[in-house]
Amino acid sequence: MDLNYSQDELAFRDEVRAWLQANLPADLKEKGERYEHYTKEDLLRWHRILASKGWVAPAWPKEWGGTGWNVVQRYIFEEELGYAGGPPLVPFGLSMCAPVLLRFGTEEQKKRFLPRIYNGDDFWCQGYSEPGAGSDLASLKTRAARKENHYVVNGQKIWTTLAHYADWIFCLVRTDPTLEKRQEGISFLLMDMKAPGITVRPLILMDGAHEVNEVFFDDVKVPAENLVHEEGKGWTVAKYLLGYERMNTGRIGESKRQLARLKEFSSSKANDARFRDRLTRLEVELMALEITNLRFLDRMRRTGQPPGADVSMLKIKGTEIQQALTELALDAADPHASDAFTDAVRRRYLSMRKTTIYAGSNEIQRNIIAKMTLGL
Amino acid sequence: MNFDYSEEQQLLADSVRRFLQKSYDFETRKQIVGGKGWSSEVWAQFAQIGLIGLALPAEHGGFGGGAVDLMGVMEAFGETLVVEPLVPTVVAARLVARAGSDEQRKAVLPGVVEGRLKLAFARDMRGVLGAPLADSLVVFEKGSLFLVAAKDVTMQPHRALDGMLAADIAFSESKAELLKNNANQIVEEAVDFATALVCAEAVGAMKFACDTTLEYLKTRKQFGVPIGSFQALQHRIVDMVISCEQARSMACLACSKVDQSESANERARAVSAAKIRIADAARHVSQESVQLHGGMGMSDELKVSHSFRRLTVLARAFGDADFHLQRFASL
Repeated sequence: MDLNYSQDELAFRDEVRAWLQANLPADLKEKGERYEHYTKEDLLRWHRILASKGWVAPAWPKEWGGTGWNVVQRYIFEEELGYAGGPPLVPFGLSMCAPVLLRFGTEEQKKRFLPRIYNGDDFWCQGYSEPGAGSDLASLKTRAARKENHYVVNGQKIWTTLAHYADWIFCLVRTDPTLEKRQEGISFLLMDMKAPGITVRPLILMDGAHEVNEVFFDDVKVPAENLVHEEGKGWTVAKYLLGYERMNTGRIGESKRQLARLKEFSSSKANDARFRDRLTRLEVELMALEITNLRFLDRMRRTGQPPGADVSMLKIKGTEIQQALTELALDAADPHASDAFTDAVRRRYLSMRKTTIYAGSNEIQRNIIAKMTLGL
Repeated sequence: MNFDYSEEQQLLADSVRRFLQKSYDFETRKQIVGGKGWSSEVWAQFAQIGLIGLALPAEHGGFGGGAVDLMGVMEAFGETLVVEPLVPTVVAARLVARAGSDEQRKAVLPGVVEGRLKLAFARDMRGVLGAPLADSLVVFEKGSLFLVAAKDVTMQPHRALDGMLAADIAFSESKAELLKNNANQIVEEAVDFATALVCAEAVGAMKFACDTTLEYLKTRKQFGVPIGSFQALQHRIVDMVISCEQARSMACLACSKVDQSESANERARAVSAAKIRIADAARHVSQESVQLHGGMGMSDELKVSHSFRRLTVLARAFGDADFHLQRFASL
């Protein structure tokens, strides 16, 4: 048993860290430290810097721009990326649509979309949730009716993150409403957000920010070539994506940076035993999660097995930690202060309540563990 | 990076598990606890397998191992709720190895390794674990370490909450042999070592509590269905399993840092962090394991009520969460 990275892994980490430090634009880093919102241009700027280095999609096959790193190197990279600060890499194209195309897409689809995702030419969003289909995703109703060589789409998606920036949306749609088994009538469809009949309406969340949207489809014509995998196999595609090995589910690097920030600006509470104990418990929880994550990674490296329900555990703990960090930050802030930074800290507490709800609520994650790991 | 036990470590843990399965089932344990509180046959077996000397110097018959070498063994002890005082003996023996003269080491350590001598370690003179069985006590008093023969000590033996033998001890004109003055650092190191072992033991006890509760959820029927089909209970066992995984991670950290740390500070931080998480997890897992068993969880007949007691004790052994929160913040 040895919990340390090898010399090679340490050298790799140092190389990544140094490069990120040298190449993350100062204004973007500072924006993050002030907890300001990133614009589309901010997100794309950092994306393109990483793309020009060849580091924007490490997990992809080499022929499409992947780095060929092993799982540990990819984990180190993701952690360092989070630890460095700066805009997040928006996952919808890079680590959601692209893996689906790589697994199920035609050669034409890969050639058409992957390079543009890589270079940040197309901004993608994800059309899964609907007003009546949240945790029960398979009950989705957005209808795609086949007419000759195209589909006609009608319906609505909701909570669509960054749809107002997006050039493209990948959607789960119902192509056959007659089947008794609901999952079998679902297909995976790519749509141009500029297509006539698509309307994006902002949903303002309680922190005042515009991140998510409602997307309406009104007789939208989608060429049949934009179908991924076979018609009626959309659920298979969605499930593949759930099991797709993401290294960063626990957001360890990001939370480490937030913890360091919190320690800085809560220094006046260093002698407050009640606050200090909460902070220590949180730090310990994060230490434990990092090691748990590394244990899963080590197992994955040795067995070659996909992570399965382990990801659910990382999601539950990772998001609980993220929320607890913002809550402690809220408590560390001067209650009478009204400056922009303190205001941002408060709004961040509001905003981060989303983390235990999105991407499969933590209750759904517990269902997954109960079923897959515990056999209940 | 590697979270596996070495082949030797795994083989040892497996053979300990096999021995305990065969010779230390729950009924046997009950008889041991209800009787003298320990079994000389079991102790002799531990010596035979090489457990007692595993983390003691090779020059005195041991194997020169560390906390990671004992980790799998301690997990197996936790799963089985072993009451024989391995941790007190090993920790006291390591103190003799570190602090004693060559002569003192020769007089004590081979006997310990062979299972002829048992030791206990006393800092606080109340509730000294394993003292009623000990032939000699290693006593830490005012910064110095002494070796005291058990027959020269006044003892008030009692059973701890989990059935383990302990005693309040007192000295009156007792003959004490000096091991070492200025022994603070050595003792701190030994206590961190013991704490790491206790963490691993707690992980084993938690694993048992989770496994047996899961089994109960699958077999106990109410309203015509297994109670594990209820989401309210599914989510609670999931949280127990997560607690157990987080605890296991911290036990790995504590044991490996005890063996490999470059500084006392690094070691102490890791051990205190681990003990905080494991104390919290032990409380969570033990309380939920009883609750999810319903009335049966309260019953003395079921092993889960005994793992509850053990976890309650282990959560507090070598400092509870509050103590280690304080210590972690001071480092």
